[in-house]
Amino acid sequence: MATLERARAAVPHVHEQLLDNGLRVLIQEMRTAPLASVWCWYRVGSKDETTGFTGISHWVEHMNFKGTTNIPRDKVKGIIEQFGGYWNGYTWIDQTTYTETASREALDRMLFIESERMARCLYDPADCESERTVIISELQGGENDPDTVLDQELTAVAFKAHPYRHPTIGWLSDLQTMTREDLYAYYRRYYVPNNATLVIVGDVDRDDAMQAVIRHFGTIPSVAVARRPLTAEPPQFGERRLTLSREGTTAYLKVGYRAPALGDPDFFPMLVLDAVLTGAKGLNLWASFRTPPPQRSARLYRALVNTGLASSVSGGLVPTAEPFLYTLSLTATDGTPLGRIEEALLREVDRVRADGVTPAELQKAVHQLRARLVFENDSISNIAHQLGYFATIADWRICGSLEERIGAVTLDQVAAAAAERLTAANRTIGWFEPLPPGSSDGTAVLG
Amino acid sequence: MTTARRGLAPVRAVLDNGAVVVAKQSRTTPAVTINAAVAAGTIYEPAGLDGIAHFVSRTIDRGTSSQSADAIAEALDGRGVSLSVAVNRHVLSLICTCLVEDVEPVLSLVADVVMNATCPDAEVRTRRAEIVTMIRQDEDNPAVVAVEHLLADLYGQTHGYGRRARGSVASVESIDRAALVRFHAARFSPRALSLVLVGDVAPDSAIAVATKAFGRWDAPAPPPVELPPPPSASGRRTRVIPMMNKAQVDVAYGFTSLRRSDAAYYAYWLMNNILGQYSLGGRLGDSIRERQGMAYYVFSSFDANVIPGPLMIRAGVSPANVDRAIASIDRELERLAADGPTEAELMESKQYLIGSMPRALETNAGIAAYLQTEEFFGLGLDYDLQVPGLLRAVTREDVHAAARQALRPSEATIVVAGPYAGHAR
Repeated sequence: MATLERARAAVPHVHEQLLDNGLRVLIQEMRTAPLASVWCWYRVGSKDETTGFTGISHWVEHMNFKGTTNIPRDKVKGIIEQFGGYWNGYTWIDQTTYTETASREALDRMLFIESERMARCLYDPADCESERTVIISELQGGENDPDTVLDQELTAVAFKAHPYRHPTIGWLSDLQTMTREDLYAYYRRYYVPNNATLVIVGDVDRDDAMQAVIRHFGTIPSVAVARRPLTAEPPQFGERRLTLSREGTTAYLKVGYRAPALGDPDFFPMLVLDAVLTGAKGLNLWASFRTPPPQRSARLYRALVNTGLASSVSGGLVPTAEPFLYTLSLTATDGTPLGRIEEALLREVDRVRADGVTPAELQKAVHQLRARLVFENDSISNIAHQLGYFATIADWRICGSLEERIGAVTLDQVAAAAAERLTAANRTIGWFEPLPPGSSDGTAVLG
Repeated sequence: MTTARRGLAPVRAVLDNGAVVVAKQSRTTPAVTINAAVAAGTIYEPAGLDGIAHFVSRTIDRGTSSQSADAIAEALDGRGVSLSVAVNRHVLSLICTCLVEDVEPVLSLVADVVMNATCPDAEVRTRRAEIVTMIRQDEDNPAVVAVEHLLADLYGQTHGYGRRARGSVASVESIDRAALVRFHAARFSPRALSLVLVGDVAPDSAIAVATKAFGRWDAPAPPPVELPPPPSASGRRTRVIPMMNKAQVDVAYGFTSLRRSDAAYYAYWLMNNILGQYSLGGRLGDSIRERQGMAYYVFSSFDANVIPGPLMIRAGVSPANVDRAIASIDRELERLAADGPTEAELMESKQYLIGSMPRALETNAGIAAYLQTEEFFGLGLDYDLQVPGLLRAVTREDVHAAARQALRPSEATIVVAGPYAGHAR
């Protein structure tokens, strides 16, 4: 049996149960190490934020590490580390998630922490104030990186109306003015079992784990989540541009195309197209940053990096609930004008729009993506992440069909996706032009 | 061939040409991680050629005596393999993960790159421009600027531990193909190679594949390089590097620590965990992030190495909080040096470091990195079994002694980089 077929055959069974209070529970037994990984996912992210409250999802995530009714503030430190464990969380546009991975003996402790986090966080006013400055420090750390700033500005220009335009960290003035009551109300609104998915993967017994879940979560009441409809992004009728002029040493170019959501038939053809253009990244946000993509033979690497115009190129297409962006990011080689890089990039984009990709390119991209799926499933944390991630934005069962969906992509589909999606009217182009020391007025110029 | 009986139980073989191969079978995924380390790090750079080891790392897989850069790229990309080449002070590492069915051709390609790199002129020109760009980016990054200046101040700008790993624009522009080829010829040898293979391959098969790939390699053993001990600290020094275009200040605060072979290593490891690692940054995180809300990140790290490596405290703070953050670091160091850890802190850190080993050894890549460290420092094939006992044997007084010896604010070297024009002390 070929390796990929063996990998497919070895996919363990996922047990799903919906508790009476609406909590969706997914359990997968995996006995590769004496460990268990727990992830608790909430369908709330920066897309749920309104003007004046940007960054609130992320701030709430921070507050949910600050003690609960039954975990006093001074007992938080070490609560999972004493089991050799790791815990963390992240917030993004569609979701907020919390994770612990520790020895299998800690499963009950991990479930206790997550049940407390769902229902009984304290939001001590002093902790809210202290965390305000921590988050502003996080925002300022991001502002130190020109590429991060350009990404944030580009996203805000690419979306006029849809809340995907807000940075997850929030805008500074909102972080300065939100109150403890704002944070707590947001927490109570979204942190309810019927808005969550709990994932357990590892060296656990399925029935015992489910009993423990019911014990910890079963009595938490469900509460209807009042969601306002999201503002739909109106059609884009022409190319958008921005130039960011700030002191710096290096020039950056980003081009963001309106991209298909996960549920759109174009998503997987676009994923294959991205692999042809910049190398396959896979589909696991939690794992993909660890290993760069195989991209030396990718079209844009050859056209821009091997020619010496750019020192790096990358493509970003991630599964999202609603249409987000497919972003091409380039770093200009020292002294190369951004105009030359943009011209070379758009020439390659026009070429793939006109001619599509070759059968050999399709075959290579599909193989790269399939291999990436194998490499990504190398730990219980990564496997659990994927179940929860897809459950939150669509359906966890997609995890089991990713390889099939990738393999089913045809040349015509890739060509059609390129022709329809990579148009001038569908893109926003962002430049970061470095100014010499002392000359920055820090302004973004839209044009 | 030698093996350990329990735990990871890797198999180690020394080929006839002196190359070391360590193999560990793991069936978690149908994949294999290849981790090849060559003793060709930055400490081996000839005078005046700062950055040449890094330059080699950027060109080594861009053409061999029998394959072009494009052919190598196709061979790797076609198998979904991304070859990462990294360099630190001591070793240049080539690391990748491939499907198990591809292990033989991929290892053969890695071997070709290691043994027969030619660094073609055209590639050297292109990669030089990339490296210059990377250096310019580093110069615009307060975190990198702070750390690089701290190391230069602790060890001296010409010391192997104090030099910038990527060199300077001037040094990189002076490196040509001939210099790269000379460095490769001088430092790359089977006697300088440690190859670790972890994945769904039986150790015997892995060693056979490795022998086929590297067994016929013949090159003279590289000469040793003298690495002087770090200079002694002589009072507290603070350097401020204004970067007024930035939003946040990076603080790097440090000392030289101890050798990896020092008997006090385990006490230092625990001391560092208590000071700036445990949970959200240990005592430093409790004070500076959790209680005072001054920083998104603050932590300590230490690098016990062939000679005493750095013990470093890092924090990202707003310009208004620089002086307060440094004073808080001073206070936490003084407190740990004066009173030592509590029994509870010591117990928690021991539990954590011992208990986290299964996580560190869960993936093929994690195991491979661990086995490379084991090999580099000569820790033994059963080191993973020894670690719990070595940590449990450390007493509170051992950690207190380590803190007294290592944490001396009056001898600290401090670098502040970012939008700060004050006079931090």
